[in-house]
Amino acid sequence: MNSVFVICEIEEGKVADVSLELLTKGRSLASTLQCKLEALVLGHQLNGIEKEIFPYGADVVHIGDDARLAPYTTLPHAAVVNALFREEKPQIGLLGATTMGRDLGPRVSSALVSGLTADCTALEIGDHEDKKAGKTYKNLLYQIRPAFGGNIVATIINPDCRPQMATVREGVMKKEIFSATHKGTVKKIDVDKLLKPEDLVVKVLERHMEKSRVNIKNSSIIVAGGYGMGSKENFQVLYDLAEVLGAEVGASRAAVDAGYADHDRQVGQTGVTVRPKLYIACGISGQIQHTAGMEESAMVIAINNDPMAPINRMADYVITGDVMEVVPKMIKYYKKNSK
Amino acid sequence: MGLKIIVLAKQVPDTRNVGKDAMKADGTVNRAALAAIFNPEDLNALEQALRLKDKYKDSTVTLLTMGPGRAADIIREGLFRGADNGFLLTDRAFAGSDTLATSYALACAIRKIADYDLIIAGRQAIDGDTAQVGPQVAEKLHLPQVTYAEEVLKVEKGKITIKRRLERGVETVETPLPSVITVNSSAPPCRPRAAKLLMKYKHALTISERHAKAEDYIDLSADRPYLNIQEWSVNDVETDAKWLGLSGSPTKVKSIENVVFQAKEAKVLTTSDADVEGLVKELMANHTIG
Ligand SMILES: Cc1cc2nc3c(=O)[nH]c(=O)nc-3n(C[C@H](O)[C@H](O)[C@H](O)COP(=O)(O)OP(=O)(O)OC[C@H]3O[C@@H](n4cnc5c(N)ncnc54)[C@H](O)[C@@H]3O)c2cc1C
Ligand SMILES: Nc1ncnc2c1ncn2[C@@H]1O[C@H](COP(=O)(O)O)[C@@H](O)[C@H]1O
Repeated sequence: MNSVFVICEIEEGKVADVSLELLTKGRSLASTLQCKLEALVLGHQLNGIEKEIFPYGADVVHIGDDARLAPYTTLPHAAVVNALFREEKPQIGLLGATTMGRDLGPRVSSALVSGLTADCTALEIGDHEDKKAGKTYKNLLYQIRPAFGGNIVATIINPDCRPQMATVREGVMKKEIFSATHKGTVKKIDVDKLLKPEDLVVKVLERHMEKSRVNIKNSSIIVAGGYGMGSKENFQVLYDLAEVLGAEVGASRAAVDAGYADHDRQVGQTGVTVRPKLYIACGISGQIQHTAGMEESAMVIAINNDPMAPINRMADYVITGDVMEVVPKMIKYYKKNSK
Repeated sequence: MGLKIIVLAKQVPDTRNVGKDAMKADGTVNRAALAAIFNPEDLNALEQALRLKDKYKDSTVTLLTMGPGRAADIIREGLFRGADNGFLLTDRAFAGSDTLATSYALACAIRKIADYDLIIAGRQAIDGDTAQVGPQVAEKLHLPQVTYAEEVLKVEKGKITIKRRLERGVETVETPLPSVITVNSSAPPCRPRAAKLLMKYKHALTISERHAKAEDYIDLSADRPYLNIQEWSVNDVETDAKWLGLSGSPTKVKSIENVVFQAKEAKVLTTSDADVEGLVKELMANHTIG
């Protein structure tokens, strides 16, 4: 049975979170399909990188370590991935929907004439019956994603072409250690043999990377503000509440667009997906593009002055009223009762 | 030094206003039921092309779009803003294309245009949000690609320098001509229509559009060839049918679901001190907070 492959990404010398999340997903797909999970890492100075990957359940880690593979440029990476995929013929190939994955994925899928589905929110294994052709396909990858600005959810399949490729955004899948002691094999790729001079024509002249400052994805409580907060100044009460609760502050796109909060706080279809144990939505109407990123929260509190706001339909607690009245009271009573 | 630039632009349904007739039973988009607009990031792409044209004398900007007959609007819109000409690739054979089949058809059309230094696309189209067609065209033409471009800084000695906007930073890269570039929405917006160009190209039509006109329509295109929007069918470009349309699309839509909310049973509270304190205490008691 052909393997499930995850193309891993390196960020500041470590395997990126999105890749570990995909390995976790890949592990469960591989177990369902009873095949191997294999990881592919390309970059430079990757000594020992497999140790970060094995605990997530990879059976094989392919490593291509070469100065020409870092920083990332399209053509050398595509050359190595194409060669490896032609040889190994994976049934599934997963990448992060990052600037790298979204640059590399289509290039590879075009070269291999396989399909690629971008930004999947769920991946499952299932069968497909093609009534017209009278054919049944077993164990296809269901690539499930919102389309049309989030108004519909489509299940995409590639019945005939391999690998079935998909990208997934950071934070959409859960990252979970498979076994701390799991060990697989390492296979070194002879990169030099695969690169041609014409693969090296694009040169990175300069690069400024910033560390992401906030990490709302891993926070167990999120206090999120929307356009209904009214101003950047009013957003301060959310930071105050977050501070006392040990939470992070999230935001809707409308709030980000209005300049109330930074983009890396945006929750939703074009932001991060979060699944905290508590999500407090303050002045957020609850449009589908927003709720797509927080609907798996274990508990939702909606504070909105509109009793008919759509967010109320997914809330466990609805407080109908002005956020600027409610949030300070929450802070006050939390302080009072925690002493 | 004049640059010959091809801009890939797509007419897309305005997904910000989607009604319930948007999808057909076979899972493909019912474009007729939706307002059609110039894909936003393709306008950013067009602006980059027009800036290069302003900067480098004798440059030309050619639009290429694949879509139904009404996608000729895209070419006109481009002409109004400063493009020199355009091609509409339209044929039933292209219907139902996924990104791979689309990029194949576009690559074939680009080969037919033949004479170009640079291809500029938008990063992604809002109907699918896939961001695949640019890189896939590049692969099919064996050209280098630079995605997420925010600004073309310069063109010199057959090389082009580009600033890219990544998730967590910026990068400046250099790539030889010809290359494929895809442009982000963070790039400068497109200039508006120019009144003079609007007058000049108002009656620019494809041959099909001309045929559909009433008999008393006065056709000026014989004297003014710039009023002729070139229309290519599958027979005008060299293609292999097996890579086109639905048959050339490895990805299939298995099913479509409309998104509906499941209403939960919620506890409704007021802003009174008693209600808020009650809630806080309840959350503390069950260890949700604290
Ligand atoms: C392709 C696409 C992708 C998108 N991706 C995202 C995404 O990732 N994330 C995202 O969030 N959005 C996204 N959106 C935008 C989304 O459709 C909504 O526009 C956005 O979520 C609305 O934000 P909001 O709820 O803060 O603002 P609004 O819809 O304006 O809602 C404000 C709410 O605040 C309430 N309110 C006002 N004043 C007060 C007050 N004083 N006290 C209490 N309540 C008050 C109002 O009743 C209202 O319900 C996307 C849209 C598109 C087209
Ligand atoms: N049918 C088309 N005609 C012309 N250009 C297209 C077409 N489809 C996609 N493109 C180009 O490819 C980019 C990415 O599209 P997509 O992969 O669909 O997100 C768009 O922004 C356009 O520049």
